[in-house]
Amino acid sequence: MSIPLTVSLRRLLRRIACLTVVIGATAANAQEGVRLGLIYGEGGKRPGIYVLPVPGAAGDSVRTILMRDLDFGDRVTVLSRNTALPSPRLGGAVDYAAAARLGINGVVEVTLVTAGATIVLHDVAAKQVLQRRTVALPGAPNSASWRMAIHGASDQLEEWIGGSRGVAATRVAYVSDGRIWLVDSDGANAAPLTPATARALSPAFHPSGQSVVYTALEPAGSAIYVSDLRGASRRVVAPSGLNISPTFTPDGSGIAYAHGDDFGTDLYLVGAGGGSPRRISIGRGSDNTSPSFSPDGRRLAFTSGRAGRPDVYIADDDGTNADLLAALSSASQAYRSSPDWSPDGRAVVFQSQLGGAFQTMVITLRDRAVKQLTAEGANEDPSWAPDSRHVVVSSTRSGVRQLWVLDTESGRARQLTSVGGARLAAWSPRMIR
Amino acid sequence: MNRRAVGACLMLTSIVLGACRRKQVPVAAVTTTPSTAPTTDDGAARRAREQFVRDSIARAQADALARSASASDADVANLRSLLEAAVRFEYDASELTDEGRMALDAKLPILRTNTGLRIRIAGHTDSRGSDEYNLALGLRRASSARKYLADRGIAVGRIDVVSFGEERPAASGDDEGSWAQNRRAEFEILSGGESLRVPPR
Repeated sequence: MSIPLTVSLRRLLRRIACLTVVIGATAANAQEGVRLGLIYGEGGKRPGIYVLPVPGAAGDSVRTILMRDLDFGDRVTVLSRNTALPSPRLGGAVDYAAAARLGINGVVEVTLVTAGATIVLHDVAAKQVLQRRTVALPGAPNSASWRMAIHGASDQLEEWIGGSRGVAATRVAYVSDGRIWLVDSDGANAAPLTPATARALSPAFHPSGQSVVYTALEPAGSAIYVSDLRGASRRVVAPSGLNISPTFTPDGSGIAYAHGDDFGTDLYLVGAGGGSPRRISIGRGSDNTSPSFSPDGRRLAFTSGRAGRPDVYIADDDGTNADLLAALSSASQAYRSSPDWSPDGRAVVFQSQLGGAFQTMVITLRDRAVKQLTAEGANEDPSWAPDSRHVVVSSTRSGVRQLWVLDTESGRARQLTSVGGARLAAWSPRMIR
Repeated sequence: MNRRAVGACLMLTSIVLGACRRKQVPVAAVTTTPSTAPTTDDGAARRAREQFVRDSIARAQADALARSASASDADVANLRSLLEAAVRFEYDASELTDEGRMALDAKLPILRTNTGLRIRIAGHTDSRGSDEYNLALGLRRASSARKYLADRGIAVGRIDVVSFGEERPAASGDDEGSWAQNRRAEFEILSGGESLRVPPR
């Protein structure tokens, strides 16, 4: 069922939030006796976190990155971003009483050590250290590897605080000006992966996060390549007709993609190293593109024009039992496409044409309830973060097609890229686990 | 000089001599040929000379024939523009319109007469659909145009198809006028377009 535009977005998002709370509670019950995260009171309110100033030459950078990551994670309120708030520190120790008075639930204390940092999380209510860990910081301060290691520490902190790991230590692949680019989850280190000569599209990460598969439009047709993160690429499917919208199987052993010829465009599966492709979908002359696997690899969501107007279907991994993902209301003639199955298997995001522009929608598979996530500008080609909570889309809300990160629970949106015309994004798995 | 080079030299000399003699050029011109040319293999030189003459006549005859049947520059330009004229499509459709069929009908006689012509049809879409699905739609448009030509006797092997989806718009606007221009199949001559011949009327 598609939701009419008149239903307010905020209300929709509140519904999603409620649903998630229920799921979260179930998960917590399943692990009874194991305490996850901070002790903090008010139900539904995010824990308040204070990141103490970090002594040392690179301390300010560490603190800035940690605070921004925790803020972007949308699970905590980073109180230390408010510079007017006094520091809950008494001499060399954390003043738990003062912290409690300031509404702080957790205090993060970082000490730089040789080529690393010790991260400590204080539980204010329990008046004690909840967790402590020393992480390696490889490379020079502010280098890509050094920043990624701090993102890993942020994700660890989120896990300590709320029980679920963050997604700061990730990258996003996307298309700009005919090239595949990579950018860190916080918008840093944007760099092209593919040469300027190729017309590259539709990147997708290997489950290891260590390579990217993409399509290149060549004069004689389109071909499929796999590139490592340094840009060394090899061809997996030669240009013959159309070979587009590749995606790795969840176990990384194969690549599903759409191959088109005179008889239509169907989904095929080929080994990750190449070989003879096997046909998956039987579209009987229709166009079938943009496959996305369920996390167990046994089902596929994809775009198909088999009933006329393009729509999103799910089928078994051999192409059988294809069903419309979301029923259309009888009056609706929506063009729906570009599905991405959430890493937790519970939902599929896709785009639906509403009033001439695509908007990003999410359908929960348990009850097939459809929710509209965007309304401003056009919001296309969604891709899930590994937390199955955030989604990256290409959006025209700022006037230029840029990547934006949406929090499907709070509705918060932040701009990820600032180059001209970024699109077809794919979120990586966690680079540090 | 190795043996092969000497042979080539001899051949060249013979050709120049042969050609000159036929045209009754003054003997003085002949003296400019290298005096080092060996004169021992007179039989081979003569045979090569005779072969050259036969070949030149055949070539001239073929050229004359081609000139009489081939088009003027204006005609060639006209043929090219008919051949390369784009075929347009309706939104989210790959079926040919009446106008599209007319544009393809105009290409048919040119392709039939110029059997050495090979073309590439590139399918394009407007920017409104999904970027990825539009690649499939573009291919469908190119295939639809190729099928029309193939059904009317043009060998499929002479026509390549490719799709660029919405990646190479002809018009950049975000309005129906631009979209209509972008929903198209483009035709490119791959080979055999150097000496186009006018189809018989």
